[in-house]
Amino acid sequence: MIRRAAAVVSLTLVILALPALAQDAGGTLKKVRDSGSITMGIRESSLPLSYLDDKQQPVGYHIEICNRIVDALKAHLKMSALKITHTPVTSQNRIPLVTNGTVDLECGSTTNNEARKKQVDFAPTTFVTNVRMAVKKASGIKSLSELNGKPVATTTGTTSVQLMRAHEKGKHIDFKEVYGKDHADAFLMLETDRAVAFVMDDNLLAGLIVTSKNPNDYVIVGEVLNIEPIAIMLRKDDPAFKAVVDDAVKALMKSGEIDKLYAKWFMNPIPPKGASLNFPMSDKLKELIKTPSDAPAEAYNRK
Amino acid sequence: MGEFDFTVWQPSLPFIRDGLLFTLRLTLVAMSGGIVIGTLLALARLSPVAPLSRIAGAYVDLMRSVPLVLVILWFFLVIPFISGAPVGAETSAIITFTAFEAAFYCEIMRSGIQSVPRGQVDAARALGLGQAQTMIHVILPQAVRNMLPVLLTQTIVLFQDTSLVYAIGAKDMLKAADIVGKNYNRPVEMIVLSALIYFVICFSLSLAVKQLQKTVAIIR
Amino acid sequence: MNYHWNWGIFLEQVKGGDETYLDWLLTGLGWTLAVSLTAWVIALTLGICIGALRSMPSRLPVMLGNAWVELFRNIPLLVQMFLWFFVMPEFLPRDWSLWVKQDMPAKEFLTAALCLGLFTSARVAEQVRAGVGSLPRGQRDAALALGLTLPQTYRHVILPQALRIVIPPLTSEFMNVFKNSSVAFAIGVLELTFQARQMQEDSEQGIETFLAVTLLYFICAFAANRGMVLIEARTRVPGLIARTG
Repeated sequence: MIRRAAAVVSLTLVILALPALAQDAGGTLKKVRDSGSITMGIRESSLPLSYLDDKQQPVGYHIEICNRIVDALKAHLKMSALKITHTPVTSQNRIPLVTNGTVDLECGSTTNNEARKKQVDFAPTTFVTNVRMAVKKASGIKSLSELNGKPVATTTGTTSVQLMRAHEKGKHIDFKEVYGKDHADAFLMLETDRAVAFVMDDNLLAGLIVTSKNPNDYVIVGEVLNIEPIAIMLRKDDPAFKAVVDDAVKALMKSGEIDKLYAKWFMNPIPPKGASLNFPMSDKLKELIKTPSDAPAEAYNRK
Repeated sequence: MGEFDFTVWQPSLPFIRDGLLFTLRLTLVAMSGGIVIGTLLALARLSPVAPLSRIAGAYVDLMRSVPLVLVILWFFLVIPFISGAPVGAETSAIITFTAFEAAFYCEIMRSGIQSVPRGQVDAARALGLGQAQTMIHVILPQAVRNMLPVLLTQTIVLFQDTSLVYAIGAKDMLKAADIVGKNYNRPVEMIVLSALIYFVICFSLSLAVKQLQKTVAIIR
Repeated sequence: MNYHWNWGIFLEQVKGGDETYLDWLLTGLGWTLAVSLTAWVIALTLGICIGALRSMPSRLPVMLGNAWVELFRNIPLLVQMFLWFFVMPEFLPRDWSLWVKQDMPAKEFLTAALCLGLFTSARVAEQVRAGVGSLPRGQRDAALALGLTLPQTYRHVILPQALRIVIPPLTSEFMNVFKNSSVAFAIGVLELTFQARQMQEDSEQGIETFLAVTLLYFICAFAANRGMVLIEARTRVPGLIARTG
């Protein structure tokens, strides 16, 4: 029996040793030029940043920005055509997929923070979200302090969980955390009274409320738990590629085109249901459009 | 929740159809590939060559002891390093399921082969058939026939297990339902729809297997 | 590979907490064991009853047993989990529904264990029925002829033999329970898969995390396998062709 266990372990080691053999072929720019194609990582339901419309096509604010980056890339490499492949990513696999070369440009809804910067790099911040909570209007809840002893929903594996935990510790408030496996499930917990509040990025909350069965029943309230810069993600240690991406994003910001894109996705009706988020641009993002930056979340929240 | 809003079923149908086609393709490829590789593995496990049978045994034990969802994740991360290029979620899912199900089909084929009476082997050898000929013409046909219902039942399990490809973002039926549920914010309605579809398909298959069981059984 | 390895991550403190990542994983392991073992008890109890029902000589119990098995066997576990958690409470009276959703203690754990137990019971029932079917007809006839009632026949003659015969196939069901318990993360049980997702998001060391979790699941399933083989060796029915797993 022990011999069989040993065989299993050694087989595992062989499989795991294989990645070490793979070689990294220099730079994304070279890869794009040689292959004539670029792979965009997309999310399937991060409204309105990156999601699938009713024709199963990836759309959203970040998808459009990425398309502009690809245009800039084409001009930079003097290529007449560049094939774009879309690969769906999840919050679990997006970082491994960028590091292992599957995805060149992740156009999703990824928070730029210090821990992630050890693995990957980010374009200048193109969206800023505030972590707050959604409640049912009828509950009358206005602040986090009213949640003591009550069930509060959040999504598994998101930064909100850490924020709530840190908040609990400082203020001696005891939440009962309940977890949804994704945002729609966590919202369902609020909708079905499994939780009295849902703590999450405010743009996502706004999107979920607008598309819910009774949008007028919900309201976003309470203090801002964290400010999070959201950005397009790329491979680390590839300065030539990052320079092209950064310049493309900065050009969009300088020309004012990014304001038009913002208005299209946050202030006007969007697919698939044709509802509008009515989510005006925050002062923080206006500031970042004037002076672009790829600083991580920690830079905004140090007290 | 009170009221359900089943109007979301209508725009979801093209998504569901594409997802279902992928699910079926994945099931069929993984089944045929899995049975072939599984049979080879079973032969390796039963072979008198010790290293061969040990490696096959280790492979089967490893696959059977790790949750499928983790296997799917590992293959997705590791395949690009072996193939040298990313292969995409769909191809990765097909490779993973074939490799994973092979371990289960191997166990079924092994008991199938062992269920063939020893006298059959002796008789075949006495008639002058070689070892390989005996295996191909005498043992395997009977083993497959004995185990056909079990092989198909495993395939129904496989059909349901394909729902786990959500972990790498391949778009199967459940994933398609999930996306529509999220983008329209109607998760419950979509989960009910997928439950119905899975039930109808699996139940019909399982009735078919029962029917088959009656007709192919070898009477001794 | 551009990956930034950090094998010391397990001993580092989580963000905004006093525990280490290892503590998270061990807590997760605890819940995984709790869900799996509870579900296994439910599955064995119900599975044996339903399996016995399906082997009865009259039609009604057979049909009931078949309906049970087909219902729980033909819907993916993930979907069943979701139905029990989100859909079922909506059909209860308002007060009960609120109690189940907010005040019921350990609601995620109980829902997950019950759901996994019912799902597995269908598979156990299938094995038990096959076990009963493999017994020589004479056993039942002889017991009835001796004047035992049908329940007595099952209790003293049929089930004791059938259960010992089905231990090898049940071994892989027992291993499956541990693996399938990973689906419980979908309704927010703080088990291993859940903790793995938390840890990889918190630490950004995904490969180390999933490697550790894979190893823990492997140990669970392997231990389950060895345990069942031990039981099998002790309960083997003398006089039948014995095969080891």
